[in-house]
Amino acid sequence: MRRVWSGQAVFMGWASLVALGVAAPFVVYPVFAMNVLVMALFASALNLLLGYAGLLSFGHAAFLGSAAYVTGLAAKTWGFGVLLSMATGVAVAAALGLVFGLLALRRSGIYFAMITLGLAQVVYFLVVQMPWTGGEDGLQGIPRGKLLGFLDLGDSFAMYFFTYAVFLAAFWLIQRTIDSPFGQVLRAIRENEPRAISLGYDVQRYKLLAFVLSAALAGLAGSLKAIAMQFATLGDVAWQRSGEVVLMTLLGGMGTVLGPSVGVLLVVTMENYLASLGSWVTVITGAVFVVMVMAFRRGVVGEIQALLSRRS
Amino acid sequence: MPDDLILETREVTKEFRGFVAVAGVSLKVKRGSIHGLIGPNGAGKTTMFNLLTRFLPVTRGTILHRGEDVTRMPPAQVARRGVVRSFQISAVFGSLTALENVRIALQRPLGTSFRFWAPSRSLSVLDDRARALLADVDLQDLADVPAGELPYGRKRALELATTLALEPEVLLLDEPTAGMGHEDVGRVAELIKRVARGRTVLMVEHNLSVVADLCDTITVLARGSVLAEGSYAQVSADPSVREAYIGSAA
Repeated sequence: MRRVWSGQAVFMGWASLVALGVAAPFVVYPVFAMNVLVMALFASALNLLLGYAGLLSFGHAAFLGSAAYVTGLAAKTWGFGVLLSMATGVAVAAALGLVFGLLALRRSGIYFAMITLGLAQVVYFLVVQMPWTGGEDGLQGIPRGKLLGFLDLGDSFAMYFFTYAVFLAAFWLIQRTIDSPFGQVLRAIRENEPRAISLGYDVQRYKLLAFVLSAALAGLAGSLKAIAMQFATLGDVAWQRSGEVVLMTLLGGMGTVLGPSVGVLLVVTMENYLASLGSWVTVITGAVFVVMVMAFRRGVVGEIQALLSRRS
Repeated sequence: MPDDLILETREVTKEFRGFVAVAGVSLKVKRGSIHGLIGPNGAGKTTMFNLLTRFLPVTRGTILHRGEDVTRMPPAQVARRGVVRSFQISAVFGSLTALENVRIALQRPLGTSFRFWAPSRSLSVLDDRARALLADVDLQDLADVPAGELPYGRKRALELATTLALEPEVLLLDEPTAGMGHEDVGRVAELIKRVARGRTVLMVEHNLSVVADLCDTITVLARGSVLAEGSYAQVSADPSVREAYIGSAA
């Protein structure tokens, strides 16, 4: 499917993505747009693992949440700058990803998913217990500070564009990873693992790198969230968050470049604009998801792609 | 003596929860030969393959490659030593093109396979070699077709090209002509004969005319044990072999 896209189409895709992102804060609230971007990055990170390595992690909130808390701690208590705080958060998420990966990759399928979920619950427990996280209250009042010492991120437009730049860079890195020598091996493993082994590949090491990359990128989303929203809460490490991101990815279309972001946009928009309906939002989201899975398995973007390739 | 034995098993046994799939099989594969492994269904041929390539752990016994013990080695490492297998069901990477399939085999020695930041364009240095390998199996015109869309016979040819890309010392072919039409069988048999030059081939095969045509040595397995061994003329004259085949053919 990748071959269908010419260089021109790819350029147009990036151009419209940039244009859309630049226009967004003038159309919707910057905070809303930042929330979408953070979650889109989170879902894209999961998609790297789920869609391209064929591994379902049910514990990705642990990476998002731990990075959010550590970034908050670094910025608020240790007085680190924005970039260093975020780098610390990402490093912790990556290290956690290495531990999760080493343990969970010993099993596959549903057992793999269950181990990631179990480990994520351990992280949740630690966050609840440790005093510096603020427990039920979460970590509040994380300073945004000044980017590189001069650009004041207190301004919500500045913060938005910083978030957007990070999102684009990460999104580019994910695309590059998929379309790299490593990405080729990953696809081979996903399609036929025994064959990849028979060609001499130590498949576990490739899966582990994919897992750590995905965890680090999920951590980047968490770090960005901590700075943009200025808080980290238990919701960021809770298992519901892990489930939600799987749902959004499937809704938009796993294994597609834009699918996760589209899924996030749909769900977050629904939650935001239907908020007046109260808890009915959850019911509506659930119903939409059930209909999508039953009728449109490939997700929104996946179905559109299938439609286009059938026509050409 | 061990010099001309490239692959050897000594009293290899595989048990699955009490069921003995392979019972004390000693196999000697000579360097440069085409060695056939035949036998009725359930004789343990594919299990034997899985043991030799370390896809399954051995319960008891020893496997030697070039005289070295490889019984506990991980499967990918055995592959890197040059003992490369094919699969019963054609094993290609469906969404990758034929060219990319072959390139996957070529790219590992390049040492860039962990580079997630490099563009896949960097692999195009391998394209000429990949195309040459595809041409060897008459697939040069289908290089850019996703492997999943190739007809069955072509998939098997692609699998062979991918395997050959590793320049294996020992080729283990698991039923290379299974499920093929008549003309494809002839083509693949020719191909095997061609690629076997300078290599050792161990193959499981049901098509006895292919076995008779290609194999220097044939080992007949039945119920997990060696029933007979020798040239095609020798084993086909063996009454116990005839009995095993007719007994299972019913």
